[in-house]
Amino acid sequence: MLEATATAAWHRRLMLGLLLAPALLWLFALIVLPHLDLALLSFREPVAPRKYVPSLAQYRTFFAEPLYWHVFMRTAILSALATALTLLIAFPVAWTIAKLARGRMGALLFVVCLIPFWVSETVRTLGWMILLRESGVLPALLVRLGLTNGPVELLYHDATILVGLVYTSLLFMVVPLVGSLESLDNSLIEAAYDLGSGGFAILRKIVIPHAAPGITAGCIVVFMLTLGNYLTPTLLGGKNSLWFTEQIYTQFITRFNWEQGAAFGFLLLALSTAMVWFGLKLSGQRFSDVMRRT
Amino acid sequence: MAANSTAAARPDLEAHAVIKRFGHQVAVDAVSFSVARGSFFSILGPSGCGKTTLLRMIAGFIAPDGGDIRIGGRSMAGVAPNRRPVNMVFQHLALFPMMNVAENVAFGLARRAVPRAERTRKAEAMLERVGLAGAGLKRVDELSGGQRQRVAIARSLVLEPTLLLLDEPLGALDLKLREHMKIELKQLQSAFGTTFVYITHDQSEALVLSDHVGVMNRGHFEQLGTPQELYYAPATPFVAAFVGANNRMTGKASAVHGELVDVTTDAGWRIRARRIGTIGVGAAVEAFVRPEAATIGRTSAELAPLAGQVVHAGDVESLLFDGANSAVLVREAASRFEFRIALPQTGRYADLKVGERIAFSFDPERAACFAAPPAHA
Repeated sequence: MLEATATAAWHRRLMLGLLLAPALLWLFALIVLPHLDLALLSFREPVAPRKYVPSLAQYRTFFAEPLYWHVFMRTAILSALATALTLLIAFPVAWTIAKLARGRMGALLFVVCLIPFWVSETVRTLGWMILLRESGVLPALLVRLGLTNGPVELLYHDATILVGLVYTSLLFMVVPLVGSLESLDNSLIEAAYDLGSGGFAILRKIVIPHAAPGITAGCIVVFMLTLGNYLTPTLLGGKNSLWFTEQIYTQFITRFNWEQGAAFGFLLLALSTAMVWFGLKLSGQRFSDVMRRT
Repeated sequence: MAANSTAAARPDLEAHAVIKRFGHQVAVDAVSFSVARGSFFSILGPSGCGKTTLLRMIAGFIAPDGGDIRIGGRSMAGVAPNRRPVNMVFQHLALFPMMNVAENVAFGLARRAVPRAERTRKAEAMLERVGLAGAGLKRVDELSGGQRQRVAIARSLVLEPTLLLLDEPLGALDLKLREHMKIELKQLQSAFGTTFVYITHDQSEALVLSDHVGVMNRGHFEQLGTPQELYYAPATPFVAAFVGANNRMTGKASAVHGELVDVTTDAGWRIRARRIGTIGVGAAVEAFVRPEAATIGRTSAELAPLAGQVVHAGDVESLLFDGANSAVLVREAASRFEFRIALPQTGRYADLKVGERIAFSFDPERAACFAAPPAHA
């Protein structure tokens, strides 16, 4: 009897292990191992061909060279700005889908948000370039409307980068927001209205507190995607983009300085971790609650 | 002082020919009524009768297509819900889960920019009045069903509304608690003296709680009256069937003697009932006899003291024991019509057996006969 239950328990554990195996393997081989290797890389310094000594030189370079940490801070601030803008734009969209659209209209609006993702990010970004470049559609339109004397270059500004980043991130904000707004009981909104609240008080006291995990989840995802985005800032920002991922790329590919690139990579990881932690503290959310919403 | 006395005479809620259509369907069809200050008014009706729509129009969530709603003498046309002197207790209460009990109660006060200290004091006093002193710091989901109910009422009453609307708030509770909350609601209403407008599909809630009841069906009021009037003098067959238990028989009027009508039911049973409204000989009718209006006897001799009443014979079909509400289902001997009779509370007929032949009779004055309403499409 006892033996039978022991065997059954062992079987259950084996099944669980087998089911988890692919995920664990993936986590270990593709995330843990490379990061360990990168960590080792970042903490060494070449002293002679094929000769390395452990050192903090790579990190010291980052702080010693103003360009690096300027770009670093700039990337962080622009990413935070892009996240905030995405939230501002996505919230009314999500509200419309979750609360105002009836029946199939909601699904249709959702698909409209999804459609841009059917083409690759490169093509989408090139689309923006066609619209915004000096000889492109929008500058020509501005000239025809008489708003500008000659065609203006709309590419290669920080604002252009922001537009591209917000556009790319919108869906990742809309999805968790729709989820958390749909679960908000309409009678809570009516009750608040009935008890004397105006629209703003309902938003502040009822809707935002309820949607907070969804908002935080969307912000974390968008912030991380934006921070780690390479294509959009490079194509839309050109040489002026000064995005930190570009610096990492340059170190690895152009300068073949893997040690420096690895150190930059870890600094970016530290930055995103710090920002997520800060965001959770600021909004008073627990990580596990938020992750259930993503 | 003069202004005060006119204010006391003025009803707190008046509806004049209020209409609401959804597409081609008329949800509320020119309903008019008024509710006196400090009274408990119920709107009773089956689901889909338009009572929720009517309540939501009073609260301001839906605008009527026609007619006028006046609260405290002031027309509510174009007044938003947050500007009306009305508060609502929602069907599922809609307590704010992101706030504790005290914050829930103080929510409306905060919207009126009442200073924090006064808010806290008022919320605490209100919680004490509803028997929840010291529960202010609890989370909403830590409360029992009955406590949540009281918080919902406290949250509304702390704003001292002219009118408190209640949208079937007892529906989600289990039977025992519902019975208890019924009594509690009535006590709260008389303690606060606020005018309550209560909607329900449960006739027992409406009868127990209300000073006046409007029975609603298909968008209009079938009857407005006290619970006693609805029960003992129903104005329409719908009210007779909906309010309280009733034996319903359809048939034809075979003879009319002044106030009394002889009815031959579809099953061929001949009974006598009091006429309500005009009924011609041969007209299709509906007759209603309350289970407690009938008297049961083992033999027709036992029913002899009830001189002048027709004695019917029947066989016991089944016994429905429910303590003081026990009843017996009887099949009338000739027509086999199933008739429900309440058993006397003395327990005298507790030993009836299924299949036993019994005698029963009822006072025709307590049986109601209506002309059958035209068939609905």
